[in-house]
Amino acid sequence: MWIAIANIGWILSAALFLWMLYDWFRVDTTYSEATLTSSREGEIEAFQETHRV
Amino acid sequence: MSNATASAADTVKKVSLLRILGPGHVWALGVGIVLVGEYTGWNFAADKGGTLAALIICWVIGLLYTSVAMIDSEVTSTVAAAGGQYAQAKHIVGPLMAFNVALYLVFAYTMLEVSNAILIADTVKSYAGEGFSDWHYKGIIAIVIVGLAALNYRGVLMTLNVNFVITAIAYLAIIVLFFSVQPWSQGTILKLNEMVTPENALPYGWIGVIAAFHWGIWFYLGIEGTTQAAEEVRSPARSLPYGTMAGMITLLIGASLTWYICASLMPWQYLGFTYYPLLDAGKLTGSAVLENMMFAATILAALASANGCINDAARAWFSLGRDRYLPPWFSAVHPVYRTPYRSIIFLVPIALAFAFIANLGQAITFSILSGVLHYTFMSVNIMMFRNKWPLGTIRRGYTHPFHPLPAIVLLALCVVTYFAIFLGYGAQLTAMVVFYVIMSLWFHFYRYRYVKRGDQFTMPWPKPMGY
Repeated sequence: MWIAIANIGWILSAALFLWMLYDWFRVDTTYSEATLTSSREGEIEAFQETHRV
Repeated sequence: MSNATASAADTVKKVSLLRILGPGHVWALGVGIVLVGEYTGWNFAADKGGTLAALIICWVIGLLYTSVAMIDSEVTSTVAAAGGQYAQAKHIVGPLMAFNVALYLVFAYTMLEVSNAILIADTVKSYAGEGFSDWHYKGIIAIVIVGLAALNYRGVLMTLNVNFVITAIAYLAIIVLFFSVQPWSQGTILKLNEMVTPENALPYGWIGVIAAFHWGIWFYLGIEGTTQAAEEVRSPARSLPYGTMAGMITLLIGASLTWYICASLMPWQYLGFTYYPLLDAGKLTGSAVLENMMFAATILAALASANGCINDAARAWFSLGRDRYLPPWFSAVHPVYRTPYRSIIFLVPIALAFAFIANLGQAITFSILSGVLHYTFMSVNIMMFRNKWPLGTIRRGYTHPFHPLPAIVLLALCVVTYFAIFLGYGAQLTAMVVFYVIMSLWFHFYRYRYVKRGDQFTMPWPKPMGY
């Protein structure tokens, strides 16, 4: 049973890795680099940002 | 998915990590990373100093990590950003410290992920019997690392929901085992008084207790990983302290129960040698049900840990890219899944390479070393934080008590742990320190010129005291 699981593991891991590469390629060709890298630290509404002491 | 991607392309101009997690997810992240340490790793402390040394270390290192959790809760509830301690170091100490802390984080979590994948493959191999070749062994490693990376790629909510379930099952397995061995009736199954006697409790004396610090770290290594979720929790100031402290309480109970079960069933020579103390405890009860339960729980605990490690290492790598400490290409966020997808994919082949060539002891030691360097920073960090921004100057989600005692305790215990690691792995300790020095020089003389210096400090705090 474990040998079968290990063989399936190779196939599944190859399929999942290819899916990630495909999705990565599709996202990178659909969106601009500026949009994808637009996240900025400190933009969340964290506790300290109300900042009234 | 294609429709979702296309429609999102029209509307999304700015993408960031998804704020969707609650305290339960924080608990699942922290305890999930750590719990595998009860299933393997801590018991090597018994090899260094005997069974009683393992118990002493369980509580003394518990003190170290309680200090870590308290300090972390205060600083992170104020500096709520992905990258956790990296973002703290950047604002409180400075860029070079931050770069080093991020490297500690990435190494600690990636090596822990590698250790977990190796552990799962070793566990399966021990049950698989003949015909289970190196090809099959590596197939198990591959599906663990790639499968969990795909889960992380797909979204943080599902990732940590899965972690919550499998961590809870693995923890409940310890509780079930504890009550199954009738702890109220010593002599029926448990034989603590035969296994631990005055003659063998500390076979190497107190120097053995010091040496055991190295592996005692494994009881709790990774609880500080909760802070990596800071940018994805709905309420950082509430969720992070609750999740982290609840996780620490969970682990202190779990570690004590684990020691009691294992110490009562195995002599110290075997306890310090086996890779599977809890699984062996299940076997020693003579119950096939308990043995199978502990086999499944060992694998689930390792899966939960690897899953959390992928989450945390990717966030630390992503944060370095966002501040241009590494190429900003790494700071991309998936516009649909809202995860740091390039960082997740980038770390997959690195983890696979280490998992295929390293052994479990080396991977664990690299992880422990990076972790201890990181805790040393935390003790200095909280001192500077309190000095630069004393209580009352900025709002904190949580204020830890007894300052500066936890920081002093943490620093002292880190020094002892360095000595313990030096006793067993002096060459690796030296090699890692040299590695971090070289990386620091590279950052200072080459990489820092690409950093937008004003942009990296994002917290709207007043000027620090004395500046």
